[in-house]
Amino acid sequence: MTTLTQGIYFDNNATTMVAPEVVAAMLPYFTEQFGNPSSIHQFGNRVGVAIKQARAQVQALLGAEHDSEIVFTSCGTESDSTAILSAIRTQPERREIITTVVEHPAILALCEQLEKEGYTIHRLPVDGKGRLDLHAYQALLSERVAIVSVMWANNETGTLFPVEEMAELAKSAGVLFHTDAVQAVGKLPIDLKRTAIDMLSLSGHKLHAPKGIGVLYLRRNTRFRPLLRGGHQERGRRAGTENSAAIIALGKACEMALEHLEQEQTQVRTLRDRLEQGILAAVPNSFVTGDPDNRLPNTSNIAFEYIEGESILLLLNKLGIAASSGSACTSGSLEPSHVMRAMGIPYTAAHGTTRFSLSRYNTLDEVERVIAAIPPIVAQLRKLSPYWGENGPVENPEQAFAPAYS
Amino acid sequence: MWDYSDKVQEHFFSPRNAGAVQDANAVGDIGSLSCGDALRLTLKVDPASEVILEAGFQTFGCGSAIASSSALTEIIKGMTLDQALLVSNQDIADYLDGLPPEKMHCSVMGREALQAAVANYRGEEWKDDHEEGAMVCKCFAVDSKLVENTIRSNNLTTVEEVVNYTKAGGGCSACHEGVEEILTRVLAESGQTFAPGSAATAPAPARGKLTNLERIRRIENVIESIRPNLKRDHGDVELVDVDGKNVYVNMKGACVGCQMASVTLEGIQERIVEDLGEFVRVLPVAAKRLNG
Repeated sequence: MTTLTQGIYFDNNATTMVAPEVVAAMLPYFTEQFGNPSSIHQFGNRVGVAIKQARAQVQALLGAEHDSEIVFTSCGTESDSTAILSAIRTQPERREIITTVVEHPAILALCEQLEKEGYTIHRLPVDGKGRLDLHAYQALLSERVAIVSVMWANNETGTLFPVEEMAELAKSAGVLFHTDAVQAVGKLPIDLKRTAIDMLSLSGHKLHAPKGIGVLYLRRNTRFRPLLRGGHQERGRRAGTENSAAIIALGKACEMALEHLEQEQTQVRTLRDRLEQGILAAVPNSFVTGDPDNRLPNTSNIAFEYIEGESILLLLNKLGIAASSGSACTSGSLEPSHVMRAMGIPYTAAHGTTRFSLSRYNTLDEVERVIAAIPPIVAQLRKLSPYWGENGPVENPEQAFAPAYS
Repeated sequence: MWDYSDKVQEHFFSPRNAGAVQDANAVGDIGSLSCGDALRLTLKVDPASEVILEAGFQTFGCGSAIASSSALTEIIKGMTLDQALLVSNQDIADYLDGLPPEKMHCSVMGREALQAAVANYRGEEWKDDHEEGAMVCKCFAVDSKLVENTIRSNNLTTVEEVVNYTKAGGGCSACHEGVEEILTRVLAESGQTFAPGSAATAPAPARGKLTNLERIRRIENVIESIRPNLKRDHGDVELVDVDGKNVYVNMKGACVGCQMASVTLEGIQERIVEDLGEFVRVLPVAAKRLNG
């Protein structure tokens, strides 16, 4: 990555660099191959053929049985909304939805809105490592439930949910199952034809394709109502002229992701583990959040106690290092990340959680430079912190510093 | 990334007076751990003159919280306690060349820490009456608690009233859904139902061609109606000239150098356009000098 950009980019769960090969694949579709794939003439037809190929490339990465199960959308959020709104429109008598407390806002905000409209939303809680209780989940499955929507991998901690098992349970209860797999696709092997998953969302820009392209996987024979009606694009399931250049880019990115899937599990994982061990060994009062034994190979979320995340990010940024944080201040909200709160991470640590998310473009040299950069930053901020004494946290930090309001 | 001024960045990267003052005789603890902001201000006050000899801060917080703390200690050093108590959060923000609206509470925290420290020195109990909710209006940095309380104490029932009383929703209008939700909730407490009316914006008051004088009077009236809102934040605006489609105004007080000034101008322009039923451009008077 250093060859292409300045600085060290460890924020790949936010977005990724578009792979140069992907850019090369899409560029002709702006100028030479600009036709509308719906047109009958040669300008349109060639684009239509290329989109067909892209659909097959996505199908291969997902292990979908049919290429017609791939519906191109504008983003992961659109795929999520389409899936859930379709499920409730096709089954108006079912008024409940099961999801989790740690979903992405694309799901949570939509569910909040549906709750206002009278739906019952069951939000499965997680334990201290971000894991679900499958017995509690099973007890909620009933013929009143329109759809289950559970993320495959958590964007903040990388923790994986057993969606394949959960989909089987939903299937035997006769309930639709959707997974937001935006973080999982391209990082984990996925073979949808061997699962009971009915719908899956993915987003191009998380796997080295451009922004503005997503996919909804829709299992054949799943009852469906489109979000956007209009032309017959995507077999009438998502109207609107195809974003052909981005679709072709996504196809190429999926082909490359499939080729590099093993590299994610080996090379990227090794880099992530080295980064994590290096930081934890050098910084006292820091710990990994989420489930270290069951998570994405590229993600490490570390809580630095008694300091605040935005300050960490600003100091890292000054050194050209990009990461992200679950602190309230980085989002402009007043509360730290809902994922950290759901896991019961204390406020003194939740505000200091810092996420490092790698990609196959990162190098060991970058990892070593970040390991060297972190300890002085943490020390500098702890020196300013009212919760930190000479060589460690003040005794009973919550009592020693008791502000006038809380 | 936040739009931090150079001054904010400078005070964050090299904070002044960091750490606790040795032999401090005034301590002010303030903040909310859940919000990720906590500040301890320690002062060394000369008992005879009540002059602040030394000031130090310890802050758990974001970049602007650290910069605001640093700025506060620089501002108050050498002041008497009474002088220091006159320092407003706006003074802290001004010292830093402005703060993003979402971060204004960092400057409020600085001022409160100062009040708490002075109370501590004087052996008084300092009680904070300020409760902060989630940000509703990003244009004018208004939080949900303020909106709720204002609706309750003034029996407000429409979004327009909320705009007039709190400024929330007076800018880009993107938060009107949020304001409607708060109205629905608060009105329900007293058994009332929020009646939003039509989704279409009020039709522009169509009328025949205005005379020049009528036109300028209308513009004047719109600006007069906005001034109380600005004055509440120690700002002000005056009409300087109307030249065809261009309306020149002079921003005064806290509006000068405020990062929100351009949003405020847009808001004024929107109101004038609405009232006149024709397009005009509201420009700071400096632009006239450049054009002229």
